Amino acid sequence: MSDNRLLLDVRDLTVRFPTADGVVQAVSNVSFTLSRGETLGVVGESGSGKSVSNLAIMGLLNRARTQITGDVEFKGRNLLTLDPDDLRKIRGKEIAMVFQDPFACLHPMYRVGAQIAEAVTAHENVPKERAWGRAVELLDRVGIPNAPSRARDYPHQFSGGMRQRAMIAMALVHNPDILICDEPTTALDVTVQAQILELIEDVKREFDIGVILVTHDLGVVAETATSVMVMYAGRVMEYGPAAQVFAQPQHPYAWGLLDSMPTIEHRLDALVPIEGSPPSLLAPPAGCPFHPRCPYRFAPCPTDLPPLTAPVPEAHLDACHLPWDKKVALGKERGTKAAAA
Amino acid sequence: MFLYIARRLVWTLLVVFFVLLITYVVFFKLPAGNPALRFAGHSPTQQELNEIEQRLGLNQPWYVQFGKYSFHFFTGDRYGWPGLGYTFASGASVKSLILARAPRTLLLIAGAAFLWLVVGVSIGVLSAVRRRSVVDRASMGFALFGISTPVFWLGLMMLYIFWRELGWAGGAGYVSPTESISGFFSHMILPWVTLALLYAAFYARMTRNSLLETLGEDYIRTARAKGLSERTVIFKHGLRASLTPIVTMFGMDIALLVGGAVITESVFNLQGLGYLAINSATNQDLPIVAGVVLLAAVAVAFMNLIVDILYAFIDPRVRYS
Amino acid sequence: MSTNGSSENLLELEHLTKRFAVKQGVFARGTSQVHAVEDVTLTVRRGETLGIVGESGCGKSTTARLMLRLLDPTAGTIRFDGHDISTLSQRQLRPLRREMQMIFQDPYASLNPRKTVGQIIGAPFQIHGVKGAKTRVQELLETVGLSPEHYNRYPHEFSGGQRQRIGVARALALSPKLIVCDEPVSALDVSIQAQVLNLLRSLQKEFNLTYVFISHDLSVIRQIADRIAVMYLGHVVELGDGESIYEHPKHPYTAALLSAVPRAGTARRERIVLTGDVPSPIYPPSACVFHPRCPRFHRGTCDVDPPELRQLAPTQMARCHFPLERWPMPYSEIRQAEGAELAQPSVEGAHHEV
Repeated sequence: MSDNRLLLDVRDLTVRFPTADGVVQAVSNVSFTLSRGETLGVVGESGSGKSVSNLAIMGLLNRARTQITGDVEFKGRNLLTLDPDDLRKIRGKEIAMVFQDPFACLHPMYRVGAQIAEAVTAHENVPKERAWGRAVELLDRVGIPNAPSRARDYPHQFSGGMRQRAMIAMALVHNPDILICDEPTTALDVTVQAQILELIEDVKREFDIGVILVTHDLGVVAETATSVMVMYAGRVMEYGPAAQVFAQPQHPYAWGLLDSMPTIEHRLDALVPIEGSPPSLLAPPAGCPFHPRCPYRFAPCPTDLPPLTAPVPEAHLDACHLPWDKKVALGKERGTKAAAA
Repeated sequence: MFLYIARRLVWTLLVVFFVLLITYVVFFKLPAGNPALRFAGHSPTQQELNEIEQRLGLNQPWYVQFGKYSFHFFTGDRYGWPGLGYTFASGASVKSLILARAPRTLLLIAGAAFLWLVVGVSIGVLSAVRRRSVVDRASMGFALFGISTPVFWLGLMMLYIFWRELGWAGGAGYVSPTESISGFFSHMILPWVTLALLYAAFYARMTRNSLLETLGEDYIRTARAKGLSERTVIFKHGLRASLTPIVTMFGMDIALLVGGAVITESVFNLQGLGYLAINSATNQDLPIVAGVVLLAAVAVAFMNLIVDILYAFIDPRVRYS
Repeated sequence: MSTNGSSENLLELEHLTKRFAVKQGVFARGTSQVHAVEDVTLTVRRGETLGIVGESGCGKSTTARLMLRLLDPTAGTIRFDGHDISTLSQRQLRPLRREMQMIFQDPYASLNPRKTVGQIIGAPFQIHGVKGAKTRVQELLETVGLSPEHYNRYPHEFSGGQRQRIGVARALALSPKLIVCDEPVSALDVSIQAQVLNLLRSLQKEFNLTYVFISHDLSVIRQIADRIAVMYLGHVVELGDGESIYEHPKHPYTAALLSAVPRAGTARRERIVLTGDVPSPIYPPSACVFHPRCPRFHRGTCDVDPPELRQLAPTQMARCHFPLERWPMPYSEIRQAEGAELAQPSVEGAHHEV
């Protein structure tokens, strides 16, 4: 990927929340890049840090109560050290975010069109009619029928799918370079989910932007992502092009996820769960955070934190001590299973 | 929206009707003994009693009396509208007494309400935004003080410090604005502050809690994600969604003060409605008490209506229910 | 799929209908009705798992509650273990309640936070006056994979998956015959879902249980259900055994559901994307309720003539005038209606040719 298509370069992003019970290590040393035309799928379960990382990038975490370190380079500037006012000018304009529960994410007391128009005037000094016109135009673009009259409705008059479309419209107001979608379809029915994912893909192609799609659903990622980052306990476990990661997953956690996911493809005699539960982020285990649940753990795992590296040059990145040949053998098994259609 | 208001209006009128009925029963029907006795003051003669019974129609069946009473209420008796009858003591119309006193009470409430709303909500917002800071702790301390302080003590202290010692404000007693504007304000400022302090404390706490809860909602995060300024987020998005409990409280507080600001009125000798009612009760001058009670109850019913209408303006979801 | 009262069926629903009144208009005059469940006929055989799948508002949760008589039916009959329970009073139902239990969706809301685990699982014993609760509760804790020492702990000390296990233990307490599972794994992380599903399967074998398993997730249903009913807007639109529904669906809605599920590692595929939203259950469409969004809509038939649930294959029934003949549905077979469009596959490398 050529440099001028590179949008975001995140290096060693770390987020800690001091609380009364101790310091919560929400995100530790997360690094990734995002380019135009790319859809980065960030996969993880609850507590993996996938949402917090993105909130940190957008500057939506309370700086007074959070320790954020690292480098988030966007258009030549480090977003983490930017003045809050400058960051606010970027937020909603060049980087936009769509959240999970559209029911709760729109203000219940203002008309939908007004909320979108507000996004317009937040960054541009345009007369109200122009802003409203843009809102209607965008609602139409995202597939809301009867946009001019629907814009005058309140959020409670919209269905779940329509609300999510409205959120996407709101995010697109200033033609952002990056669209971050945090579990955009989790609260929606599966047929609506398909519509929304189509829309996001469509938008990405039309505006040539970069998309970060955060989800817990591997299926969603497999269908829509060009690159994948698997997170666990605030760290990156595996990262690489989607095709590679699904053809040949390299990390035991990814194997575990693929094995334990109920699949629609065929009925299995038994699902293979990952034993145990995700760790507490107050006191994550020493060494590899996944080792207490890993069926393949051995000597170095409880003490040495595995670095995120490519075991061989042609492989993608993973954070695991297992030797390469073992990874290949175990990964291929899962890979063929994942690709069986 | 109109349907919503119409529905509320009908219920309000129904409530007023029931208030009338209950007031009538409580004041004119329930007390034991010959009603005429009470109307007659002290040591009446039998002839006076008979006269009174005749005049007041006490020898008629109760529902006829009630019918007349409510009829007079809505259309007026010989003293005009509303027909509240006349006092035992002097024969003056209850209505005229109330009309003389009402402006004082209403002006007292209006001034205090303005103060407590501005001060209380501002402090509440500041506390919510600067949570756990010195400002927040000081404000909540102030709130605690305001809620705990007895009104009579506060009023007397105010008079002592600001009138007696410092001479900054006028003393007890009411000066009508038609007489002297400056006199009016100088005599009202202390009662306003005294009354407002208690309520401001409640409103500060209520605003703080409501706003804090609202600020944790997802749509606030969306507003920030859009790149809106913090001020817009807090005032336009946060405050509006927090208003409902404040409006509710406000409606009830105003309504209850109509007949209830007795202590403040006493301390500052304002001779308002509450004071009137208490005095009349002591003197067993029932028509006045009944009149004030009725007025207060009607005030409550109508403030509820106003509050309901305000809800519909603040929160559009209410209109569609 | 016979519906006579044979003893092989534990639960029989016949023409079950449930409508809720909704206040509309000024002064609550003139009520409309929510058609939550319409004319549902289903049987559940002993020892099997019947999966009920559908999206929000399809009536699956209402059907589950009707099965347990937590709601009263508007019309139709419910027969449990041969007894007609449709019109029994709550008091008469009490002894039957030992035989049918429920596991709920939200592990955080379905356990009383003020009671200990022992009290929660022991409650059924108390209610029905059965002795020996404590030992039995500890046995149950072990059965569901928790330690008997957890007896005195409170729900907040457990994770979501563990809480769900407590819910399962509670349902098993009095050895019921039927357990209705209302989205029991939807609120859990993926890696924990598998644990709970495995538990449910092994318990079924061990205690010869019959399950009705409700979910919106087709992947989960595939892993646990023997027979499946697909619901849309209160109607059962397709009913068949597990494999048939997935291998060759007959009803266009089932087809749309299947094609909407995102999958890991599928090659390019064409997807039926339904446009618009599900209509309101207060004003359901006429005749076939799916006709406004159906890719196989035929004007003059589908909007005029309500289809019946017909047997289309030895183990499959569907409520459709024009059921699918082939799966995947070729483009040519899809008639353009105001309901659907066939999405072109994305070109980006999200689809893997392996």
